[in-house]
Amino acid sequence: MAARGPTGTRGGNNRFAQFKLVLLGESAVGKSSLVLRFVKDQFDDFRESTIGAAFLTQTISLDDQTTVKFEIWDTAGQERYKSLAPMYYRNANCAVVVYDITQASSLDKAKQWVKELQRQANENIIIALAGNKLDLVTAQPDKRAIQTADAEAYAREAGLLFFETSAKTSENVRELFTSIAKKLPLDQAGPRNPRSGGRGGVELRPETPGTQSNGPCAC
Amino acid sequence: MGHPDVSKSSANDQLRLHVQSDTEATVQGAPKHGTGDSMTLASDKGAHERKEDIKEEPVSAAESNRDGGDEEEERPPLPPRPSLLKNGEKPGPALSTIAKPTTALSSVDIQTLSFPDGTRGTFSTPASRAVSQAVSFSETSGGQTTPSRKVSRTGSFDDAASLMSYAPTLKANGDLMSLLDDGLNSQSPAWKLLTSQAESVNPFENIEFEDNSLSNFEHEFDDIEALDSKSGNEEEVLSQWKSKLKHYLILSSAGKPIYSRHGDQNLINGYIGIIQTIISFFQGAKDPLMGFTAGSTRFVVSTDGPLYFVAISKLGESDAQLRAQLEALYMQILSTLTLPTLTHLFTNRPNTDLRRPLEGTETLLSSLADTFTKGSPSALLSALECLKIRKSQRHTINNTLLKTRTEKLLYGLIVAGGRLVSVVRPKRHSLHPSDLQLIFNMLFEAGSVKAGGGENWIPVCLPGFNNRGYLYMYVSFLSAFEDSTNPEGRPSTASSKSREDEIAILLISADKESFFELKQMRDDVVAQLEKNGSMEIIKAAVRKGRPSTTDIVPGTQLRHFLYKSRANVQFTMPSFSPDFSSLLARRRLMTLYHNLHASTHAKHSHLKVLHCVSKDSISLAWTTPIFEFYCVAGPNASRAALAQGANKVIQWVKREEERVFIIGGAVF
Repeated sequence: MAARGPTGTRGGNNRFAQFKLVLLGESAVGKSSLVLRFVKDQFDDFRESTIGAAFLTQTISLDDQTTVKFEIWDTAGQERYKSLAPMYYRNANCAVVVYDITQASSLDKAKQWVKELQRQANENIIIALAGNKLDLVTAQPDKRAIQTADAEAYAREAGLLFFETSAKTSENVRELFTSIAKKLPLDQAGPRNPRSGGRGGVELRPETPGTQSNGPCAC
Repeated sequence: MGHPDVSKSSANDQLRLHVQSDTEATVQGAPKHGTGDSMTLASDKGAHERKEDIKEEPVSAAESNRDGGDEEEERPPLPPRPSLLKNGEKPGPALSTIAKPTTALSSVDIQTLSFPDGTRGTFSTPASRAVSQAVSFSETSGGQTTPSRKVSRTGSFDDAASLMSYAPTLKANGDLMSLLDDGLNSQSPAWKLLTSQAESVNPFENIEFEDNSLSNFEHEFDDIEALDSKSGNEEEVLSQWKSKLKHYLILSSAGKPIYSRHGDQNLINGYIGIIQTIISFFQGAKDPLMGFTAGSTRFVVSTDGPLYFVAISKLGESDAQLRAQLEALYMQILSTLTLPTLTHLFTNRPNTDLRRPLEGTETLLSSLADTFTKGSPSALLSALECLKIRKSQRHTINNTLLKTRTEKLLYGLIVAGGRLVSVVRPKRHSLHPSDLQLIFNMLFEAGSVKAGGGENWIPVCLPGFNNRGYLYMYVSFLSAFEDSTNPEGRPSTASSKSREDEIAILLISADKESFFELKQMRDDVVAQLEKNGSMEIIKAAVRKGRPSTTDIVPGTQLRHFLYKSRANVQFTMPSFSPDFSSLLARRRLMTLYHNLHASTHAKHSHLKVLHCVSKDSISLAWTTPIFEFYCVAGPNASRAALAQGANKVIQWVKREEERVFIIGGAVF
């Protein structure tokens, strides 16, 4: 549904770029909530687990001339979906790896994902680490299980963008995605054009960054 | 059909098997029992008398069993059939231990029987409900191994007195009137007058008398508080847990808890241990436990490989029905894991904790369970419901799907509010209702998929199709109430009201990499449907909702019906509103349907027409090789009106067949 919205930013000397983004992380850390906040500016207190993966798009303007469209794969965090993950990150230009700052184990899981991405995903993939549920520790500081400094140090070491976010209060959510957008190579257009897909699984073909063979945006 | 099966009648089967299925059987009171012209009167009046009886001091079951015959003046004498009497008394001993005053209503069950010699008779069996219940229902409810259903049906339909008869029903139409209509005109004018005033009473309107079995139903789906050892709320939590009318437990054969609808792990662990011990004991004796009864609660056990499933119900479903529900839960687990994975997990480690692999699907199991607890016509009938549109319109939609079909497509479906609009499928593969039940549950009952607001790509195993591997399902939702270009229209109401008006496009493929191909097809389909006007037709049909019974048959006394077309494995029904829109009213209706269904689907039953009279409704079940039909009217509606309404509905379905059902469907 969201994908139907015309971006309306073609033509003129505007820059329009399209990027594929994947969200990874342990289950129940708030991946879908972050996406829902970013894409629809909504929040559900009681969210059921994602089943499979959800595909959403959101467009942001970096400045007057530059528009970035994210194609977002919101994946399910459960172990049983792990084998499907490569399908989602294979062509991704950027990834958000999410953990829950009140759950120590979720950062370990996040580190595993980072490792896997750095090993298997696109070489130039931009990875952001997001410590979610900031609202919980604002209310009750003793709930925090992972110190900001520790996570930040890890992020710096691994070369990741880092934010502590709250999908509930929307703190840092926009900032997270905007800073990713800014880091993306805007001179090249996105990896491919989703509307031009046609037959043959163009999208998920491995290692085809920069494919624009199918002409201009057809939305 | 209708072969006269009188030879093999055992004592237990008397009631059914002695009913003879001669040609053109019509129900009429046999004069020799002195009820001749007043059969309808007796049954209708019974409804009234019962209400009064209840206000009097309740008679204990055993007592009424003994004295029942003398106490009520209008009751005809018992039939001189020793076998019947024996039958009636048989469950007697159990009675004293189980029957509560509330179940001991002195009401009349009218049994109309045909005898092998061609005579017929009307009997009223004495009032002890549990007894007649046991006789008339426990044998007729399918596939039970223990004859103790009587206690699990303390629901409002205890009083579903039976008036069973056999009839040749090959000729689908026209029979019913002659079957039920005879003798109706013999009502006294005064009675007619009375009924005509009162016949507008709706089913279940006057139920506050004694039926408190469902009094907690409003809270059935409330969460139970977490056990908190500090505050010592154990007792309260336990009583909350016990007050639930329905429980589903899933455990591994090693005794590891896997799923429970109610209560957290601390609460249920003890019970899991007990139930595992009981099941294993019987398993060890090579005599698997199928079910048992405690008080008014029925336990049904089913075993699938390394998994034990237990349904605990106070709602009075038959064992076969509960077993079907457990089967659906098993299918849901397979749908998440596939059979090889499940088997593998337990072969490697028999004490695997399956909760982890199933993580995140508890909501699917729970929404499935709650669907059963609320009562689902689709689950009861194992059939699908279709959106009613014109044949030519459906044809256009089918063709649109076929035209835009991509190579990777296996199944393509358009579903609106849980009702099927269109299906395309390969010639070799049909779609299994049980698989669709899982999909519909995931999409329309559990909120997780829709809440995401995007398009979804879901690996799913459809066990009916192939339980060994995954298929991949592309899902996108449109709402019937907004433009597809404005998906953010009503954020706040999206989850509350929209289940009935969401339109989903499902495209299923065996190729996990085909998301964008299917997404493209979806865009094409939607564009085409919008262009050729079909989208508007679908949306309008969704907005319109189901028709009410009076839209279908103007002026009818029927308040609700279910019609299942056997050949198409599809059913149609009118809207639940206005009479059954509340959760409770709907549950009562569904309990009635469950009872009718259980009676007509009993394993060895050849019951084709069943007419039930109770103090809060009259109802009819009618099965033929072509259809199954169930309908209900208010307690004071006449049998003629019921039969007439039924016939009218059947005619309506016949007329509208190609609109209410998808016949053939589109294949490629």
